[in-house]
Amino acid sequence: MGSEMNRRDLVKRSAALGLVAIPSAGLLSACASSGGDDSSSDKPTKSASAASKDNPFGVNDSAPLDIMVFDGGYGHDYATALGKLYETKHSGSKASVAWTQDITGKLQPRFNGGTPPDVIDDSGAQQIKLDVLQKSDQLSDLTALLDAPYIDDPTKKIRDVLQPGTIEVGNIGGKFVTLQYIYTVWGLWYSGKLFKEHGWTEPKTWKDFISLSGEIKKAGIAPFAHQGKYPYYINVAIMDLIAKNGGLDLAKRIDTFDPTAWDDPAVKNGIEAIYEIVDKGYLLPGTNGLTHIESQTKWNQYKAAFIPCGSWLENEQMKATPADFDMKFMPMPSLDGDKLPFDAIRAGAGEPFIVPKKAKNPAGGMEFLRMMLTKEASGKFASAANSLTVLKDGVGSDVQLRPGTASTVTALSAAGSNTFNYNYPNTNSEFDVALQNLSAELMAKRLTPAQWITKAKALAVKAKKA
Amino acid sequence: MQHRKYPFIVGFLIVPLVLYITFVIWPYLQTFGYSLTNWTGESQNFKFIGLDNYTALFHDSVFRTALWHNILLLIFLPVITILLALFFAFMVNVGGRSTAGGVQGVRGAGIYKVVYFFPQVLSVAILIVLFGAVYRSDSAGLLNGILVKLHLEDANNPIEWLNDPNLVLWCLLAIQVWAGVGFYLVLFSAAMQSIPKDIYEAALLDGAGRGQTFFKVTLPLLWDSVQTSWVYISIFAMDFFALVSGLTPGTGYGGGPDHHSEVMATYLMRNFLSFGKSGYACAQGVIIMLVTLIVSAVTLRVSRRDRIEF
Repeated sequence: MGSEMNRRDLVKRSAALGLVAIPSAGLLSACASSGGDDSSSDKPTKSASAASKDNPFGVNDSAPLDIMVFDGGYGHDYATALGKLYETKHSGSKASVAWTQDITGKLQPRFNGGTPPDVIDDSGAQQIKLDVLQKSDQLSDLTALLDAPYIDDPTKKIRDVLQPGTIEVGNIGGKFVTLQYIYTVWGLWYSGKLFKEHGWTEPKTWKDFISLSGEIKKAGIAPFAHQGKYPYYINVAIMDLIAKNGGLDLAKRIDTFDPTAWDDPAVKNGIEAIYEIVDKGYLLPGTNGLTHIESQTKWNQYKAAFIPCGSWLENEQMKATPADFDMKFMPMPSLDGDKLPFDAIRAGAGEPFIVPKKAKNPAGGMEFLRMMLTKEASGKFASAANSLTVLKDGVGSDVQLRPGTASTVTALSAAGSNTFNYNYPNTNSEFDVALQNLSAELMAKRLTPAQWITKAKALAVKAKKA
Repeated sequence: MQHRKYPFIVGFLIVPLVLYITFVIWPYLQTFGYSLTNWTGESQNFKFIGLDNYTALFHDSVFRTALWHNILLLIFLPVITILLALFFAFMVNVGGRSTAGGVQGVRGAGIYKVVYFFPQVLSVAILIVLFGAVYRSDSAGLLNGILVKLHLEDANNPIEWLNDPNLVLWCLLAIQVWAGVGFYLVLFSAAMQSIPKDIYEAALLDGAGRGQTFFKVTLPLLWDSVQTSWVYISIFAMDFFALVSGLTPGTGYGGGPDHHSEVMATYLMRNFLSFGKSGYACAQGVIIMLVTLIVSAVTLRVSRRDRIEF
């Protein structure tokens, strides 16, 4: 081994080191925050204008407004239009609307650097979790927005014209910090056309649902599909059955990670009901491994009769839905001894809009949110995005809706005040994801209902401790 | 000129060194710093919590599962890829029947070389789409479709490849092997072609068969390439992020069913971005780096042999 050897070894080793370093460097450098200093004097420029009835937050007309929206199924045109409206109302201001699908990638450095935008639609797969932002003290308290006058009828306050549950869902860590703008309902979906053809009717009880499923299977159609690759969806169905059977108190106990909540008979009733679908072979073959688009498309092709989903389904499946499909929404069927009526549905505000605490123009940010809550803005949004907003009766009779969205409006008025929602996904994403995993295992018949309950209870114990 | 040597060398090294320190070493140090805090990832308010993240990591059963999966990949991915690549390279270069005394590959070797390299030009994103369709869990999937057509499985009870805890990791391993073999085949081919033909001819004259030629002549002379490949593939096995997060079930970077395909990188990302436990995720990053360093060092040391000069 001469010196020639050593040099070659050296080159080889440093090459190997470089190989080690490069791939992980990409991963790790993501950790590095931009070194912004939170305690710096980067205080928001408090607007000098005095608050008035027309200008409840005292917006400074000369201050620019920086808006960032998630560019998903709802697009960004609504934000651009509102931005223009803001500019005309506050002459001299400049509202710049930016959009992205990668909220975390774009905004994490800005939060860390202390220069976030003034309004953010924090949504999508890359959303920054609200519980995380709240714990990091990055969110403005939006209580002032709730007490501000409603633009269409200034005798009312904003808090009086919001759908039930909007304020509760916007409450994280005891403060109202996010306006969830879109009102979503969850339940089962079916094709009105398919049901009419076969003379099937919407099952109101779980017994009817199971016996109808038997009929559907005989007709050569799979009774039930779900978006198995993302167990979020089936978990919603399970938790809804549990809430309807155990009542709102139980839902609240689950939300607060009370471990004894999982001993409630309603939990057993709910999970055993879902397991019946698996056990009787009523699942669409392979559905446990399909993505949401794959399974929903098979449902659109009449390969499956029911699918659980939220009311974004119609907009999401627009291209795959046959023209005469006649999409219909229904609440989860009733179990024996349900505390809530059949019409009760999970309904809630989603699509979180926030005003960061370190925003330069927080007053403008809140004013922008107030302008989103008008009949005109809400109606436009509903017809363009096939989704309802949290503005009560926000869709005038003049607004044309597609069949699925129209059936959610009917279901919502039938439900009246019988709506519920869970808050645990917003307060503890780790618990939520772990519970979804359990539900996926149950659907694949790798867990029994009893094991599911034991494991879910253990998760609650862990979440309570954290 | 001796006294001018060092400024000359430093002049060449200074730019890469500064880049390396800024973009590699400094982030490493930062990561280590953050791993000692309870940083949530969204603000500069965090507390120093000492080694708490590391103790928690030690008791975290999901992280241990993920580590175990990386170790499984670390064992099987290099072995399978290198053996297949060596076999194909040998057949393509020297495995042919030598009719007229020369050493050559099997018939059509040139075509094989090109065809084997095809998967290498596909990006990971394309692999994910492609194999999403191959492993699709109903009879519309390529594998299930074929099995159903051959009446080997019931269309009403298809194999949910990526939703089966016993299959999912091996399905992903197969993708990486499929995608990687071509590259190492070309690498080994190039190395084999630099081996003088007369050594092979001498072996043939001495009556060595294909097997003996391979183990006694080819493999020892290729050892350098094999060693480098081993380190390189091992680093791939330590990552595996893209395939797992793109193909496997589960909310937030896959890893399912129920962590059966979890690797350290996906668990790190979920903690970093979804759970608001960025300090904890940084501790995982430090562990991943340490394990990768150890693996590389061990691989280079264990496989060290005397060089054969030719």
